[in-house]
Amino acid sequence: MDASLPAHMRPERSFQGFILALQRFWAEQGCVILQPYDMEMGAGTFHPATTLRALGPKPWNAAYVQPSRRPKDGRYGENPNRMQHYYQFQVIMKPSPPNLQELYLKSLAAIGIDSAVHDIRFVEDDWESPTLGAWGLGWECWCDGMEVSQFTYFQQVAGFECAPVAGELTYGLERLAMYVQGVDRVYDLNFNGREGAAKVTYGDVFLQAEREYSKHNFEVADTAMLFEQFKMAEAACRKYLEAGWKDGKREAHLMALPAYDQCIKASHVFNLLDARGVISVTERQSYILRVRELAKACGEAWIHTEAGGAA
Amino acid sequence: MPDLLLELFSEEIPARMQAKAADDLRRMVTDKLVAEGLVYEGAKAFATPRRLALTVHGIPTRQPDLKTERRGPKIGAADAAVQGFLKATGLQSLDEAKIQRDPKGDFYIALIEKPGRDAIDVLAEILPVIIRTFPWPKSMRWGSRSGKPGSLSWVRPLHAITATFGPETEEPDVVKFSVDGIETGQTTYGHRFMAPAAISVRRFEDYEAKLKAAKVILDPQARKDIIFADAKELTFAQGFELVEDQVLLDEVSGLVEWPVVMMGSFEPEYLAIPEEVIRATIRNNQKCFVVRDSKTGKLTNKFVLTANIEAADGGKVIVSGNERVIRPRLSDAKFFYETDLKTKLEDRLPKFEQIVFHEKLGTQAARIKRIERLAAEIAPLVGADVAKAKRAAHLAKADLLTEVVGEFPEVQGLMGKYYALAQGENASVAAACEEHYKPQGPTDRVPTDPVSVAVALADKLDTLVGFWAIDEKPTGSKDPYALRRAALGVIRLIAENNLRLSLVKVAASALAGLSVKSADAEKLPSDLLAFFADRLKVQLREQGARHDLVDAVFALGGQDDLLMIVRRVEALGKFLESDDGKNLLAGTKRASNILSIEEKKDKRAFDGAPDATLYSLNEEKALAKAIGEVKTEASAAVAREDFAAAMSAMAKLRPPVDAFFDKVRVNDDDAKVRENRLKLLNEIRSATRAVADFSKIQD
Repeated sequence: MDASLPAHMRPERSFQGFILALQRFWAEQGCVILQPYDMEMGAGTFHPATTLRALGPKPWNAAYVQPSRRPKDGRYGENPNRMQHYYQFQVIMKPSPPNLQELYLKSLAAIGIDSAVHDIRFVEDDWESPTLGAWGLGWECWCDGMEVSQFTYFQQVAGFECAPVAGELTYGLERLAMYVQGVDRVYDLNFNGREGAAKVTYGDVFLQAEREYSKHNFEVADTAMLFEQFKMAEAACRKYLEAGWKDGKREAHLMALPAYDQCIKASHVFNLLDARGVISVTERQSYILRVRELAKACGEAWIHTEAGGAA
Repeated sequence: MPDLLLELFSEEIPARMQAKAADDLRRMVTDKLVAEGLVYEGAKAFATPRRLALTVHGIPTRQPDLKTERRGPKIGAADAAVQGFLKATGLQSLDEAKIQRDPKGDFYIALIEKPGRDAIDVLAEILPVIIRTFPWPKSMRWGSRSGKPGSLSWVRPLHAITATFGPETEEPDVVKFSVDGIETGQTTYGHRFMAPAAISVRRFEDYEAKLKAAKVILDPQARKDIIFADAKELTFAQGFELVEDQVLLDEVSGLVEWPVVMMGSFEPEYLAIPEEVIRATIRNNQKCFVVRDSKTGKLTNKFVLTANIEAADGGKVIVSGNERVIRPRLSDAKFFYETDLKTKLEDRLPKFEQIVFHEKLGTQAARIKRIERLAAEIAPLVGADVAKAKRAAHLAKADLLTEVVGEFPEVQGLMGKYYALAQGENASVAAACEEHYKPQGPTDRVPTDPVSVAVALADKLDTLVGFWAIDEKPTGSKDPYALRRAALGVIRLIAENNLRLSLVKVAASALAGLSVKSADAEKLPSDLLAFFADRLKVQLREQGARHDLVDAVFALGGQDDLLMIVRRVEALGKFLESDDGKNLLAGTKRASNILSIEEKKDKRAFDGAPDATLYSLNEEKALAKAIGEVKTEASAAVAREDFAAAMSAMAKLRPPVDAFFDKVRVNDDDAKVRENRLKLLNEIRSATRAVADFSKIQD
């Protein structure tokens, strides 16, 4: 931890200081620090900086915060740590550096978790995303029995082998910050590190949103519109993919990113429909499959783009 | 003789894979050594989260020289054949070959001597192959090399390989090879946090000792012993008792290199949750042990955790951290439990209409209806109250939709019982909610309450008949619906409760309840019966009992009362252990053998009653008389289901059978007498069929 920081910026006192400390740490490791992707998504992995950039031969090191929306996890602000909107901090390094575990442990030190007094462990956790057609091997990282991060070596994304393999780290920011700040309720997190009248809590920022969105996600979200949106996003994705092939030949692609946006959109719309409880068990599988097909087609387009490594 | 030390140092290996990996490493290396003519004295393999290690001691320094002879062409053969021979054997000219005299002509023989290689060179060749072909259940690529084809796959990134070879008294050599850019050496690393520095090692003894000094206990058994002993001591000191859990102990020992056991606590209010749920919460999510109060025998608000570090503050932060994780988990569990209690089990059932059990077998709701009907039908046969059996079958699956079971699938059934009791169901009905899943395996307890038995049988038979009807039978090692376990469950329920029921009838009734129509509906019950026979054999074999007797009993035909089959097999087994039994079996087999030879010769069967007037010898008459008596007596005993008595009756056949073979020549010159004697032999065979088909019994 940086001892020169003013009190209100210290990661153990301030949620934003905590995020800044992580960003600074990974910037120093050569990552580009991106801003959140401007679309609703269920996890930082959906960000094209991970999903698409994990594919192809070109080196890529990035870190970013991604607001993550899990409509089903909403609890009307009444659960101490379950929310339909929260932050993930995502790091991706391709190829995975040989000392990625050490870097991860140093990042914990940077946010105030001292490995001399904490029990830090790497516990098997294989990662699979059926909607992204992706899998990898790795661990959930434990600190004193609490899962604080996911650590994955991507083996496959969008149905394509990762060559080379990227290492991915995902930190659950609120949970880690709660641990470091010593609070049991996420809404009690000190957001800005100030005290007294100047103090802003996580609850000040997000509690109302949690209530409103829980009501929206579970009770009111317009399902007719959402069903329509799913279809439209799916069709648009296919259309852009088709139109993106340069000169109509399947050699170079010019629109992988806009097409992938529609895949992200379809995935989130599906999550909303799922939260509304209007998708039956059997239909559920087929929706997941439809999103996966889009993700795969986008992955294929991507590897035919310049950033995807096409010659 | 020299020893090998091999260590594969990697990122964290999943706990569940470590034991098998150590075993595979030992087996693969030693098998290969032996195949290379290097017979070793001993080998032992170890695993920690970050390393696989192997020591093989007493390996010869060199392979033995190998001498082989190779036969070449005949003397004077075509030049092409000679040149081919020289090339293949490496001889310079035919002068170096020997000549072998042979009646078919004289041949050139090449003597090829293959000098043995140094063991270290052999190791340098076999070890990289073993590493590249290591059978991890799941493996991965990593780093910059993963971009190229042919890169190494390992369970997690592999960082270093230590490989040394040498005798005890000397400085060992490094077995030089490289895999995917990793060069072998003699450098390893200690505990990730407490002693991360590089360590130079020479051979196994200093390797193990240096690791220990660097806070790594290499031997998994030693780690288990430490955890177990410390956990017991820690709990005992406070008047508590550790709830032992071997599976958890195995897992925890695979998560640490330096176990440090500590105790934490949680709020006593959570003890209101059922103990099994507390245990599942703490065990599954946190890999911690639960603790009992030794006086009351009840769970107490303590748990035992195993850290991987001697923390600078003595572990205060670690304990309070774990407590902070366990608290919300228990709070969730308590919330789930209390929420579940607010909904009656039957009110959950409509949801099953939406849940598909199997696409061809319909919804869970349909399945529950079938089980209800079948349980009601079975109830009178097993002494259960029909209404209670129906009620139990109605509710038994409802807990699958509760929050607690959703979170902890292993408490399915058990929660059903708690919720049933909480809503005031009859005790037998509640018990059946739990017990209808039993027995889960060959050692699991078999329920005895008739209501549980009726629902357990109905549940299993519906599953078996259903999957049989859609032709999803187990094949080879594949049994995705655990049908073998279900069949064994049925066998044990029937045998251990002394139940009488016709499986064919019950199966036919279960089949009639299915909406799907089976193509082989008529054959299905008997097919299924054959499957039961197989399971019974497997079970008997596993118990070390004779399993061939099952075939001997089933071969009688019309046997579908499992209890009677089991009883008969037991009595037969006992009988065949006696001298009378052994000799009668031998006599019956002899009769059968003679019969089958003569039947083949004459192309006819020798059935039908023998003609008493054709008996000329006393032994014939005595045998005929004995057969008559034994048949009557044995059949009567079988009718009484007294198989022991039937076997005693059989025993009376032995002296006349022995005497017959002793004194009587079957193939008499007089064709009529011969035929009559063969018919008498056939009578022996048919008399023994009162209890079993002796020809199916192995000697």
